[in-house]
This record gives sequence, C-alpha cells and structure tokens, in this order.
Amino acid sequence: MIRACTVDELPPGESVRVPGPPAIAVFHTEEGELYAIGDTCSHQDASLADGWLEGCFVECPLHAALFDLRTGMPTCLPAKDPVPTYAVVVDEGVIYVQGVAGEDAA
Amino acid sequence: MKRIAVVGASLAGVRAAQELRAQGYDGGIVLIGSEPHLPYDRPPLSKGFLAGTASRESLDLLDAGDLASLALDFRLGVEATALDPAERRVRLSDGTSVHADGVVIATGGRARTLPGFEGAFVLRTVDDALALRAALVPGVRVAIVGAGFIGAEVASTCRSLGLDVVVLEALAAPLAPVLGPALAEVCARLHVDHGTDLRCGVQVTGLAPAGVSLASGSVVPADVVVTGVGMTPATEWLAGSGLKVGNGVHTDAGLVTSLPQVVAVGDVARFAGRRHEHWTNASEQAPVAVANLLAGHTARTYTPSGYVWSDQYSGRLQLAGHPRPDDTLSFVDGDPSSSSFVATFTRDGSTTGVFALNNAKLFNRLRRQALGRPEFQPAVQG
Repeated sequence: MIRACTVDELPPGESVRVPGPPAIAVFHTEEGELYAIGDTCSHQDASLADGWLEGCFVECPLHAALFDLRTGMPTCLPAKDPVPTYAVVVDEGVIYVQGVAGEDAA
Repeated sequence: MKRIAVVGASLAGVRAAQELRAQGYDGGIVLIGSEPHLPYDRPPLSKGFLAGTASRESLDLLDAGDLASLALDFRLGVEATALDPAERRVRLSDGTSVHADGVVIATGGRARTLPGFEGAFVLRTVDDALALRAALVPGVRVAIVGAGFIGAEVASTCRSLGLDVVVLEALAAPLAPVLGPALAEVCARLHVDHGTDLRCGVQVTGLAPAGVSLASGSVVPADVVVTGVGMTPATEWLAGSGLKVGNGVHTDAGLVTSLPQVVAVGDVARFAGRRHEHWTNASEQAPVAVANLLAGHTARTYTPSGYVWSDQYSGRLQLAGHPRPDDTLSFVDGDPSSSSFVATFTRDGSTTGVFALNNAKLFNRLRRQALGRPEFQPAVQG
C-alpha cells in the first residue's frame, strides 16, 4: 500500500498526484467516492490529477480525453487505451492506494 | 447517402470519418489524402518527433483495429483537383474520380513560404520534419523566421539538441497580436532564458549564401534556415465548384457550405468569418459538420473553444477562449515573472480567455468555470 494523503487533505471535488513510478492520481468526487488511477494520460504525457473532475470522470488537462475513474477506460478520443485503476482504502483518516506494481521495491 | 468522400486525411478528415461511423453512417467512406502516409498526428512534429524522442508509430492516428472498424477506402498520395457538384464527383490528380453523395472538405493547407526563401525548411508534414531533423546535426547554426508557435517550438527543440538558434520576428514581441504585450514578453523571456537569440522588429529579405539577409543590409549567419510564418488554406481545387472560397472555404454556423451536401472542417474551414488553425478545433468541428451532413441541413451549430497549447522550452502554454490583445489581463496565480502562472482576460466584466504557463490544473478549473464548456447549440431554423 502507498500512502496518498489524509482524508482532510482531499476534500470532495479535489485530486492529488502521488509521485511514482508509477505516478497515481487519487480523486475525491463530489459524491464522496474515492478513486485512484494511473496519473499519466494514455494519449500523451499529461497529469490526470491536474484534470477537470466531473462526476466520476476526469478530463485530461492537455487534450480533453475523458476517463472513467471506475474503469480507467477513455470515453472519447484522442485517448484510446485505458489507464490502470487501483483500489483505495481509508484507515484512521489516511488514504492508501493498493495493488501498485513495484510497491514491494518501494 | 451511399458514399461520402472525405478530402484530406489529417486530423480533421480522420475525425470526420470516425464521426460518420459513430453517428451511424454505414455507407462507403473514401478518404483522400495528398500525402502517401496513413493519417498521423502533427503536434509532435515540432517537438518530440523532431527531437527524435517520439517514434513514427506514435504519430499514427489510426491503429489496426480502427482501420478495420472504420472500413475506409483510402486514396493516398493523390490530390483532389476539382469538385464537380453537378456530377457529384471529386476529381483526383491521377486522372480518376470519386462519385460521392456527400463531401467533407478537410484539405487543411500548406506551409506559407516567403519570397526569397525558396528552399528553406518549413514544418507542416512528417516529411518536412524528417528533412529538417536530418539537417539538425551537431554544430549547425539554426535561423528561424517567425516566433509564432511553430517557430518557438522548433527553436526550443533545436536548443534541446544543443544547437545555436536565432529567431527572427517581424513583430515587436512574439504573438503580441494574440496574447497582448504582457504575455508576449513572457514568450520572449522563454527564448532568452534558454539561450535562444531572439531578435524582434526584424525585416528579413531572403536567403543569403551564408544565412538570412535582413532589410538592414546585414546577414544573420546560419547553416539551417526554417520559415514558420503560417499556412495557406488549400482551396485551389475548389475553383469552379461554385463554393465560396477566399482564405478558406466559407461555411455557415454549422460548417455547411453553400451546398448542403458539402461541409468543411479543420484549418481550411472559414467559419463565421474566420479560420481556426488548431488541433482542438479540427477535432471538435467534426461531430457538428458530420451531423449536419447526415441531416442534410444545418441542424447543429459549432462553438469554438479557442483552446490551444504549445510546449516551449520548460514551459507549457495553454490558452482558451477568444481574448483580444487589449482585453484586461489579470494574474490569478503567480505573475509574469514566475515560472508558473495563470491569467484571465476580461472585457466589459466578462471573462474572454484564460492563459496559463505550467499550471494545467488551475487553467482547466478556470477554463471550465469562467468560460464554460462549449455547447453545441441547435440551429435557429428559418
């Protein structure tokens, strides 16, 4: 597990980039859900944590590809490939990301 | 419609073909491209691809799955030479022609050249990029005419390759007619901070044996000369078609030409009196133009977002909206001397544009909140 931040540090509507590799973007939706996906847009190098969060979708800040936070799948061009998704757990007010490749080496 | 010809196989043409399928059209699509290559993306041509860090494959707009699912009839390496609406034909440079019930004009344009600069490098196609890349060997001195986005990006890439670069700009500051004086100074600073010799207010007269001749009589020494002075829309082939052309193909608010079965998209489309030479515009126009083509009339209108970006040196510049250079500029975060800032343009109390240097997050927030998402408006009938 990788520690992202505390729940207090990530209010609804906000996102945070957890440096990698791989870099991960954690989102707290307005509806109160927490999601973690690969931070790098699958189209061209851009940080999805910088993107515009709307519902459970994030729009890439560079070329406006839209990704579904639940599946990592792009819903429109120019992105065509999914970004990885990760499970998120909250323990004693701290947000952790699970299943990150390479975490054993970290 | 049984068959639609898309003339132009770059981003706008490809997006149009994709939208035709996405909107349920299952007839034939002929995709005509003057270059011999399958469709590719152009933004990396002045950046990663020119530097040699982005592969040729990474430019491809369509993968094998796309090619199979779109079922396009490619005519590559041939130019459209005429549009004959009465016969419903597009005539091609190899002597053949394509019969089509509908036509999407997506011919873009070609790099503008300057008199006296015949033989200088330009950068619009992948072949242009390959030729320029081959010339950027260690030790060459590069002169770039024009400090717009292409000129600045090529200068940045050349500096990253360790080359000496001089940029010759006719304006008093780069991009000043678009961004206004304060942001033009920021663009100038990016050049200077990264060791590029930016000379503004300079009139060039032509290639000299040893570089670039200036109106002042002096010569700027250079081994490689690149002109980045905009583009000319490719409309010559439409002479005699009856379509109104002149700095682009004139369209209505829904990208429909004077013929309901002919629409125009991308750099070549002169929509509401002006053309928008941007990647995002080419991508965003396709759904509207295709919907109107399939409807047979202007059912939807297009609202340009005005979104452009440019990667120069250590800076990622982003602009959205349609500001005028004399709009009021306010710094929301940082200031013009910062390595990262966001500024808004306002006029009569309304936000007309958002600009950012290295601050994508706040840029997007303001872009969505202050400018709103472009809406596709139903056309007013009548």
